[in-house]
Amino acid sequence: MLDQFFFYIFASVILLGGLLTITRRSAVHSAIFLIATLLGIAGLFLHLQAEFLAGVQVILYVGGIMVLFLFVIMLVNLDQAARQRQFNRQWWLALLAAAAVCGEALYGLYRGRGAFTFPGAVPGNMPPNTQAVGNALYQNYMLPFEVASIMLLVAMVGAVVMAKKRL
Amino acid sequence: MPGNVPITHYLFLSTALFTLGVIGVLARRNIVIILMSIELILNAVNINLVAFSRHLASVSGQAFAVFIIADAAAEAAVGLGIIIAMFRNRGTIQADELDLLKW
Repeated sequence: MLDQFFFYIFASVILLGGLLTITRRSAVHSAIFLIATLLGIAGLFLHLQAEFLAGVQVILYVGGIMVLFLFVIMLVNLDQAARQRQFNRQWWLALLAAAAVCGEALYGLYRGRGAFTFPGAVPGNMPPNTQAVGNALYQNYMLPFEVASIMLLVAMVGAVVMAKKRL
Repeated sequence: MPGNVPITHYLFLSTALFTLGVIGVLARRNIVIILMSIELILNAVNINLVAFSRHLASVSGQAFAVFIIADAAAEAAVGLGIIIAMFRNRGTIQADELDLLKW
């Protein structure tokens, strides 16, 4: 009962925040609503007993990426853009394509809803979450982890080069 | 079934969030908001991964969600660098005004 209550609270925060993110005129407002969405997702992670990921979500997304977004919004002059048309001329085509994708996914989910029961899984009683994620990252997924670190380094150098005044 | 929420509810939530992100990417003109919509799409994927990780009692999904968050950080850094360079060179951040390759 309490589980369902919290799930629907977080789900409505996430969907409302997402809807407002893509419809607001001012980019700063969009960023604020995106932060609300990300915090809702962190709450959903807690609700799914993924405590480590909830912490990462708050620290990295809300504390890192969104601050980066807000810095760029300050660096780029958006006053003129806020007064112009917000949606491009093919917005109806975009809505149509998105509706097609959504309908396809929902149809697949509806048809396959019986396949989502997991009789073999023994839920609960997992090891402490941070320890479990650390073991998975450093034992089973050691190579992808190192590749991700190199990717972050390359992205950091690339971002510095892109934002430099003269190359 | 852990908790009282069936996994299909998480999948429906994730589908809805993904669709919102797709609409934002396809229909908005402001490139900063297009990047934010990409973050919405990546988070929809994360919800799926963590929900399956919980329901299968396996931590692999959470490990992949960590990779996706690292990916999102890299994508945001590079994307925002591109936006700054573009604004410096073209003076606009509207997606449909960048038509140098169109004729």
